[in-house]
Amino acid sequence: MTMSMPLFRLVVVGIVLGGRASMLFAQPTDAQAVRAEFDQLRAEFDEVRRAYGDRLSALEARLLVLEGGTPPAVPLSPPPTDVPAAAPVPSGAAGAGGPQGALPVYGNVNALSKIFNPDLAVIGNFVGAAGKNSVNPSPALEMREAETSLQAIVDPYARADFFFAFGPEGADFEEGYITFPTLPGGLLAKVGKMRGAFGKTNLLHPHALPWTDRPLVTENLLGGEEGLAASGFSVARLLPNRWMFLELTGEVFGSDSALFNSPGQRELSYVGHLRGYQDVSESSNLDLGTSFAFGHNGSDGSSVTQLIGVDATFRYRPLRRTTGRRLLARTELMWSRRSEAGDATAFGVYASADYQFARRWFAGLRYDYAERAVETQTLDTGMSWLVTFWPSEFSQVRGQYRRTRYAEAETAHEVLFQFLFSIGAHGAHAF
Amino acid sequence: MPSDRVRRATAGVLAASCLALWPAVRPAAQSTVRVVATTEDLAALAREAGGDRIEVEAIARGYQDPHFVEPKPSFVLRLLNAQLLLVVGRDLEAGWLPSLVQQSRNRRIQPGAEGYLDASLTARIIEVPAAPVTRAMGDVHALGNPHYWLDPANGRSTVRAIASRLSELRPKDAAYFTQRAADFERRLAAAEQRWDATIAPYKGLEIVTYHRSWSSFAQRFGLDVVGYVEPKPGIPPSPAHTRDLIQLMVQHQVRLVIVEPYFDLRTPNAIARETGASVLVLPPSVGGVKEATDYIRLFDYNIAALTAAITRAGGHGHDHDHDHDRRH
Repeated sequence: MTMSMPLFRLVVVGIVLGGRASMLFAQPTDAQAVRAEFDQLRAEFDEVRRAYGDRLSALEARLLVLEGGTPPAVPLSPPPTDVPAAAPVPSGAAGAGGPQGALPVYGNVNALSKIFNPDLAVIGNFVGAAGKNSVNPSPALEMREAETSLQAIVDPYARADFFFAFGPEGADFEEGYITFPTLPGGLLAKVGKMRGAFGKTNLLHPHALPWTDRPLVTENLLGGEEGLAASGFSVARLLPNRWMFLELTGEVFGSDSALFNSPGQRELSYVGHLRGYQDVSESSNLDLGTSFAFGHNGSDGSSVTQLIGVDATFRYRPLRRTTGRRLLARTELMWSRRSEAGDATAFGVYASADYQFARRWFAGLRYDYAERAVETQTLDTGMSWLVTFWPSEFSQVRGQYRRTRYAEAETAHEVLFQFLFSIGAHGAHAF
Repeated sequence: MPSDRVRRATAGVLAASCLALWPAVRPAAQSTVRVVATTEDLAALAREAGGDRIEVEAIARGYQDPHFVEPKPSFVLRLLNAQLLLVVGRDLEAGWLPSLVQQSRNRRIQPGAEGYLDASLTARIIEVPAAPVTRAMGDVHALGNPHYWLDPANGRSTVRAIASRLSELRPKDAAYFTQRAADFERRLAAAEQRWDATIAPYKGLEIVTYHRSWSSFAQRFGLDVVGYVEPKPGIPPSPAHTRDLIQLMVQHQVRLVIVEPYFDLRTPNAIARETGASVLVLPPSVGGVKEATDYIRLFDYNIAALTAAITRAGGHGHDHDHDHDRRH
């Protein structure tokens, strides 16, 4: 309907123009006045044409944007095949509440038929390792995973995100959840399988880490690569106050994670996280958090594991330079108590810094210290040095030298390198 | 261990009650419309339409690259109580805005809601790719050039769109918003005459820019962008491309390289040394320099700086001093 009005005006202008042209021949003496009128009509015609074009482009853009803010990467184009996009309504079927005009042909290869498809992205994570490590050896060359993400808006009330990882051990359903961003009471709720909000690195997918591996404390106390990821609910609420950003997250999971795993998975596990954030200046900020996790594991599910974590992040990024020096310094401390090992307590920490020293270059450092969760009095420590190169926003090449001193009195020296590459429209990461 | 469970349940209920009682949103004065704009340009245009009946905050600073903004939680707090969110659109904010809007818990400003206004939908957008795009072309904007606010005609359409949306949100002030938009259009039209007169002698001048931020500006004011310091959008300068660009500039006798304030000046300066051209740092946004305090002053500043640089380039031949330009 929006387009029909300019079209109508176009036709009217055309008819009037035709009429005026015949008058031009009929009254040649009044040529000047007719010319003026003709020019005015031409201007009107151009105006209608411009308005029509503008409206058409605005409508096209609106159509794209209505797909949830992340329109497809290619502009709309005519269907590339000869498959008809519409079929005529059979005679007699039109009218009386029946269909009118052309019916859509479902399954046709038409860009419009794919417009509601979710954003699709694949991230490749290739890791190579050289050196000696008999405690936790890494393959010399490994396509560690291809993470596939499917993300879209479900309806006016929710969006959904799915992440699948394909690796040497097969396909893994990493995460899949629905998010309700506009619940009453300032709540942000998620339901599905997701990574638990315990600390900072547990929430990150491998490609978003500033290292090729996870810190030792994650390996020893938080369930390793899989970490704390399970099916459940998550509810986060902002606590508005005059001093800082404060967000409280409460989560309830089943016992199907690498950290909490009980037979039959009848027991529930709980995670709580309080995050405080404050801008120090326009270029720097401080992000503090404390986390709690409680769940069951052991052969009969009767053992209880409790974890407490504290995390602190300092970021510096000058706003005035795209290519500016950027710093991210982070530490996470964790305490674990496991009843299955006679209430064994263990402590772990890592501290890391990642510094951007040129437009596409980063240098990093990480210190690891982690006791083992069930083997009391065992301690692993490590140190890593990293260099990362970003050819573009969509690929990274990383080198890491890692020295690990294991409780077995072995010191491993390794060089790891990583290629990360992303295709498609991977959604923006949380800060 | 029933006592433990009871204790835990009591603690849970107490904590939940405390949370429920904590106010979700801060009470705010009802007399004004709370507007958040993703850039200072949109904030400035909103002020033109909204005057003292709105409160405006911008997310990206004018001296910041709007493609790369960190989605900081402090921005979530700004969005929490917003009644109107103004976005540039065309994927300019795709890397950072969606997560902020999601975390804002504010249903009024979700895409598609009444409080979400994408200014690009009423603007004239250029450089919309006609053929499929791939990332081999760099970080190309598949929906057209998002730096459209640098054409005053788009500033005009944006103010109209904002006034109209504000009128829907606050019908009793509709006449006020409409009158302010009309007043802005009058001032802009007068300013455009001034700018056109100033820049008229340089119509068709060939220039080089760092990024494709100046396409709309160049098209509107009759400048001809013949090359870019970036080999492809978002890809840093490479030696081979720089060499080609220098050749092109010598062939076309290009005397001016325009650079956005947030890019590194080393390569543009090296190009200028080789070609005898001048490097001019121009702010593409309100707030990019302290003189550019509103939309019209942004153009005032840029057109004055541009014509001064062209005059200097013409007046001193190939040998000039870049230091003055660097100070901006």
